[in-house]
Amino acid sequence: MSEKMRSSFRPLRAATLAWAVLVAATLLAAHFAHTAQHRQSEAKLAVAGIIITAFAKIWLIGFQFMELKNAPRPLRHAFDLWAVVITSVLLKICLS
Amino acid sequence: MTDMAHIGAAPPLPKASSHKTYLPGESGIWVFVSGELLVFSMFFILIAQGQAEQGAIFDQSRAKLDLGLCVINTLLLLTGSWFVAIAVERCREFMRDSGPDKRPAQNSATRYFTLALLCALGFVSIKMVEWGHKLHAGITTGTNDFFMYYFMFTGIHLFHVLMGVGVLLFLRAASRRPEITPRTMRIIEAGATYWHLVDLLWVALFALLYLI
Repeated sequence: MSEKMRSSFRPLRAATLAWAVLVAATLLAAHFAHTAQHRQSEAKLAVAGIIITAFAKIWLIGFQFMELKNAPRPLRHAFDLWAVVITSVLLKICLS
Repeated sequence: MTDMAHIGAAPPLPKASSHKTYLPGESGIWVFVSGELLVFSMFFILIAQGQAEQGAIFDQSRAKLDLGLCVINTLLLLTGSWFVAIAVERCREFMRDSGPDKRPAQNSATRYFTLALLCALGFVSIKMVEWGHKLHAGITTGTNDFFMYYFMFTGIHLFHVLMGVGVLLFLRAASRRPEITPRTMRIIEAGATYWHLVDLLWVALFALLYLI
């Protein structure tokens, strides 16, 4: 395979892998939802799982699809910081 | 003199294998993205506070939502984003390549933008069905705080999706131009970034309104 073909396949393969992970995480989150809504004893753990899974997905969308992986460091770190702060705030509100 | 000739021209795009940093689109789109993330963060916190303060009402109301339809809608947006990411890469190939073999990349970009558009329209249709079920059952913004947030925030998001449909139509048309210049490529990247933002915001609303 030529270098030209390889260089165009690489980002497509990464995007496809990201999509597969996002779909799997969505189905996993739906499973957590069933636990959160039907099993009181494990509800808080499931809520934490749902929020963390959601913001991990959001981070992956930013990193891969919005191409923050190639962006200047300040922008990339600002996005990472936002994701960590909003996840922490939501976990604190929902689990307290 | 060489520098003068480059004034006003968009900087060249890097090759996919380049290790240099690169900001897709125009800087203005990232200012917009930052503003949207901050505004929607407030929405997310409002929903979470509602859940913490009125847990029983929120849980009972959430049980009336159709999780299956929402999972399908989430998968439609994620798949639409994937299609847009592929289309953008095809546009880059089309811009970089020269010679007769560049046409397949252009056709492929247009096809993927069309598929993303269909995903967006599928999302809008399902959202209409979902809202129709709620309104038919007598559930409105005045039913309780949960449904006020549900209609308000999914409504604001739906407005973003409808704007996104317009953006995708524009991107599809841009991908069909005889040539894609670096400047056009920047605009395509900015539009794609907007569409990914719409997807990103939905992922959080999906978790907070439908799942927890």
